[in-house]
Amino acid sequence: MSISLLLEMASSAGPDRTAVVAGETRLTTDELSALADGGAGVIAASGAQHVAYVGAGAAMLPLLLFAAARAGVPVTPLNYRLSASGLTELIERLPEPLVIVDPEYADVVAGMSSDDFVASARTAEPAAEFADPDSVAVVLFTSGTTSKPKAVELTHNNLTSYITGSVEFDSAEPGDAALICVPPYHIAGVSAALSNLYAGRKMVYLPQFDAREWIRLVRDEGVSSATVVPTMLDRIITVLESEPTDLGGLRTLAYGGSKVALPLVRKALGLLPGVGFVNAYGLTETSSTIAVLTPDDHRAALASADDAVARRLSSVGQPVPGVELQIRAEDGTVLGPGETGELFVRGEQVSGRYTGIGSVLDDEGWFPTRDVAMLDDEGYLFIGGRSDDTIIRGGENIAPAEIEDVLVEHPAVRDCAVVGVEDPEWGQIIVAVVVPSGAEPAAEELREFVRGQLRGSRTPDRVVFRDELPTNATGKVLRRDLVRDLSPSKEPA
Amino acid sequence: MIKNGTRLQSQVCDTQVIVVRSADSLDDLRAGGAPMVPVGGDVDASLALDPALSDGTLMGKRYVDEDGAEVLVTKAGAGTLSIGSTPLSIKEAKPLPASD
Repeated sequence: MSISLLLEMASSAGPDRTAVVAGETRLTTDELSALADGGAGVIAASGAQHVAYVGAGAAMLPLLLFAAARAGVPVTPLNYRLSASGLTELIERLPEPLVIVDPEYADVVAGMSSDDFVASARTAEPAAEFADPDSVAVVLFTSGTTSKPKAVELTHNNLTSYITGSVEFDSAEPGDAALICVPPYHIAGVSAALSNLYAGRKMVYLPQFDAREWIRLVRDEGVSSATVVPTMLDRIITVLESEPTDLGGLRTLAYGGSKVALPLVRKALGLLPGVGFVNAYGLTETSSTIAVLTPDDHRAALASADDAVARRLSSVGQPVPGVELQIRAEDGTVLGPGETGELFVRGEQVSGRYTGIGSVLDDEGWFPTRDVAMLDDEGYLFIGGRSDDTIIRGGENIAPAEIEDVLVEHPAVRDCAVVGVEDPEWGQIIVAVVVPSGAEPAAEELREFVRGQLRGSRTPDRVVFRDELPTNATGKVLRRDLVRDLSPSKEPA
Repeated sequence: MIKNGTRLQSQVCDTQVIVVRSADSLDDLRAGGAPMVPVGGDVDASLALDPALSDGTLMGKRYVDEDGAEVLVTKAGAGTLSIGSTPLSIKEAKPLPASD
């Protein structure tokens, strides 16, 4: 089905309900729907084959998602933090796009200003085409932390399968509100705009994240659920530790986007006992979330004396309805519980299709995630990082996550990343990049700490200290940058 | 077999559905006792709501039969969804916490 129908349904169930709050802007479901119809008219009249958006999002994101859908063309929110040349390179890969740009970025890339688009949408002849459900609704560029960005194609069916399969229509309590601070070019930003509207939750936007402003909005807008990436969670918890604040009606706090260190999760759970924590795992190619660790799972893991249950705190939970998981060995054999291999997923929400490359699904519809993973006896999924990040030291495969999970538990370690650096003797050596929580600990002490818990071959060959780790906007560590900085020829004296 | 994504409307009430998962059984999908037709298609004005099939449909609920067919109600109405005279049942889903 077309994503447009999600808005149509929301608007018929609660036309006068506030759907979007962004700064001074407030839109009811009906107003959003009318603007989307007008916006579709503007897009159709331009003759464009694609809509590209450069901006921080907020009300523009749901508006453009539905306007483009009703004009029958795909939309691509782009990373507004990219340079002019970076943006131009991506825009040139889109067919005949109408480029819409927030005023703040008007000097970075040329296009129609967001303000002009909205003004035109208010007066344009409405259009409301019902898109072919198998046509592409959204194209998102992958972050490209390890390779050139790939253009992921998500069809209307991929997105609506995810929404109708995992969200109950109009199930929110009256007055429920979701605080959205994930960027518009990230799959979580796209799915947030669709799922919260469908659930009947008011969407409160915070486009430029700031921990204090986030806390203020939670209180002032009666926020009942929110989603954050690890770096945001870390900053929120830091503020709450020094300035204890009652977060009022916040019932669920979801975290995801990249791996969250366990000590941070424990600290957050301790600081916010009334909040239900949700760990959501997904990929752009899977139309967002494919597995969820629920609030009950968190509580059960914290309270359990059984190791198998307790360790699920570091899992990403169980698959959402309609998603199947498989762990495969390198030779393609399907592995059983407790065995580590590559994660494959299948389901209607899984796209696995890239512009210019085509579908990478296998004959039976399985998508290779390139994530190292393991399922336990009850189907809880554990993610061990990207297979591209695997370190091969002296012929032995080592998942950096295994070492990171140990290191980050050391009291002197605030954050860390483990990478493989080229070495003439071993092929690669293990380098731990550590952000200390206070005074710098001795490197040897950290190496001992790891050696005490893992096999000797997992001990970092070197430990280096940094003030912070390089990350992108969604908290993914830019390992490639670390490796480049640490490589022998470029290592500063 | 009817295609996934097809939108259908009742001839005797306001009900509209979209086919989420098709099955052969849907060839005999009815609302309020009368066969459902494509949205915007011709409606037989002589048909009337069957009082025996008038429990109504709920907006946003998914209805399933025993053959694996699934439809989503996109507009509620007064008729009951059925395959022949056998009513469809509401698909009960375990609620998931908000994760986006």
